[in-house]
Amino acid sequence: MEHNYPIKRIVDDKGFLVDMSFEQQIDEELVKNLYYHMLRIRTFDRKAINLQRQGRLGTYAPFEGQEAAQVGSALALNDADWVFPTYRDHGATITFGKSMATTFLYWNGRVEGCVAPADRNIFPPAVPIATQLPHAAGAAWAEKRRGTQNVAIAYFGDGATSEGDFHEGLNFASVFKVPVVFFNQNNGYAISVPIEKQMNSATIAQKSVAYGMPGYRIDGNDCFAVYFETKKAFDYARSGNGPTLIEAVTWRKGAHTTADDPSKYRLEKQGENFVDPLIRLELFMKNYGYWNDEWIQATQEKTTGEVEAAVEEMEKFPQPNVADVFDHVYAEMPAQLAEQKEAYLVHLGRRD
Amino acid sequence: MTQLKESNRKNETTKLMTLIQAINDGMRLMLEEDERIIILGEDIGKNGGVFRATEGLQEQFGDDRVVDTPLSEAGIIGTSIGLAVNGFRPVAEIQFLGFIYPAYEQIMTHVSRIRMRSMSRFTVPMVIRAPYGAGIRAPEIHSDSTEILFTHMPGIKVVCPSTPYDAKGLLIAAMEDPDPVLVLEPMKNYRSKREEIPVGKYTVEIGKGKIVRKGSYVTLIAWGAMISIAEKAAEQAEKKGISCEIIDLRTLYPIDRDIIAESVQKTTRAVIIHEAHHTGGLGNDIVSIINDTAFLYLRAPIERVTGFDVPVPFFTLEEHYLPTPARVVEGIEKVLHF
Repeated sequence: MEHNYPIKRIVDDKGFLVDMSFEQQIDEELVKNLYYHMLRIRTFDRKAINLQRQGRLGTYAPFEGQEAAQVGSALALNDADWVFPTYRDHGATITFGKSMATTFLYWNGRVEGCVAPADRNIFPPAVPIATQLPHAAGAAWAEKRRGTQNVAIAYFGDGATSEGDFHEGLNFASVFKVPVVFFNQNNGYAISVPIEKQMNSATIAQKSVAYGMPGYRIDGNDCFAVYFETKKAFDYARSGNGPTLIEAVTWRKGAHTTADDPSKYRLEKQGENFVDPLIRLELFMKNYGYWNDEWIQATQEKTTGEVEAAVEEMEKFPQPNVADVFDHVYAEMPAQLAEQKEAYLVHLGRRD
Repeated sequence: MTQLKESNRKNETTKLMTLIQAINDGMRLMLEEDERIIILGEDIGKNGGVFRATEGLQEQFGDDRVVDTPLSEAGIIGTSIGLAVNGFRPVAEIQFLGFIYPAYEQIMTHVSRIRMRSMSRFTVPMVIRAPYGAGIRAPEIHSDSTEILFTHMPGIKVVCPSTPYDAKGLLIAAMEDPDPVLVLEPMKNYRSKREEIPVGKYTVEIGKGKIVRKGSYVTLIAWGAMISIAEKAAEQAEKKGISCEIIDLRTLYPIDRDIIAESVQKTTRAVIIHEAHHTGGLGNDIVSIINDTAFLYLRAPIERVTGFDVPVPFFTLEEHYLPTPARVVEGIEKVLHF
């Protein structure tokens, strides 16, 4: 099966083009955009871990190692598209337009962190596994019914393919031929369970056969392969051809969350064969004349500044409002709930 | 809405309908009126639904508005969420309440709390219709009455009509509600009686019960298929000189506490009837409401006549599971002679 689904690469581990047909399509703007966003979310990710260690953030799910998969796919979206992320895809949602401060708030236990900007359709992250796949199919179905060119992307991990909702989402999407891309990040582990214990299939991409939809296996650490293959799948969906399954093979460099210790289930050297996606992009930039020390330094300063500003914004954010516990459960609060709210506020001494 | 109801009654004709026809009529009206409505479920298109609730709708409105889906409850509810947050108003049919469990995660984790999780940025104005209950000699697992699994769930409303008039009115109210509503349809009542109901549009307010029989000594509180059991019991009690009042709750969440309070304060005795299991049943919430609102009026402990704490039995024994008029009369006599 691996032979039927060869891993698509545009740039190899040493940063050299292996598919020359993309030489003309890669320009300075794209390269700089990819680098900026990958560096930006990595800076965010490392900062978040530090903040958690200092007790300034709650439990956090890091994505280091998956920056190419998340940035490449998110940059291929149009503004009016729909994003259905998991809790490990904030690299993608930040790239798509969610603010870093809002994302920090999410990891600090604030419901405000789930609220996407008004001009971006970003769903609250799915916390149970694979439940967002049918949502993405439904949102895409609505776009199809309205006759737009908008698409939806559902992010999910390798473990999600074991859930019933994975099947139900792909099945609905293919039966109704809706414009959705199922973007799998196969990072090797679902918490502690390796892919070979997750499934008896050689690839995730091959599962597309069962749904009569195209499936592609790509190098998830090659930001160009991710960007162009996802864009191709979006174009295919926008043209009315229906869904695509993409398996981006990558590696979760860190722990499942800051509460997890991967040394219990992974060998120290495991994953070393994956060349870090940022390093790969840097090698490419040096090989092809995109590297500019001044620009790199300016970009590092810019992203660091953005992340620091986001931390400040998160820490200066107004205290949570107790009324929010009650106010967004129904459009109109039922009498029994209104009484519970009132009684509790009285208990707190906030009402006479 | 009251005005609309009145105008319909004055200007439009009524038609004799069963509960299932009333459901069909409500969906037809809303499909005509609201482009955003999309009906989806298993066997609901060409086949018109296993109970014929959607009969003729696909023919009239097309297969992109009345959609036969794959056999996939989580898929039906999951895609309905996506449709609902993206501007549509899905009405999902789950073939039997006893088959809703694969979709329970989608309902519990997403349908009921997307509004809360997104601070009302995204909402899920969808309807889930599910036939429920025992007493029609259906195969096993088809007869569950697990309303409590949903009344316990914040973020969703639960209604349960017992008559054709209420079925159409509550269904239309549910389809216009900004929040998700589960409509539990008592299978036993689908064709048990006909009623003249308005041909035009009207709604029955969600959250309001109804006194279906006035009486003085005992309040019987029930909903769905148990209303006819309560009515038979009340007639038998009447012959013994015991006058019973019957409340048809109609909405199970949010419950109409005022109607319960007012009636029990008047009658001073209450018997709650539900076909769901005894432990953890909605009857307990009703006991709490009476405790909160009518404790000092009570002349007897509240009686509950319910299904037993067993899975609903195979149909040859289901009559021994369900509350019967005789069991309810026993309950009535117990509270009366306490």
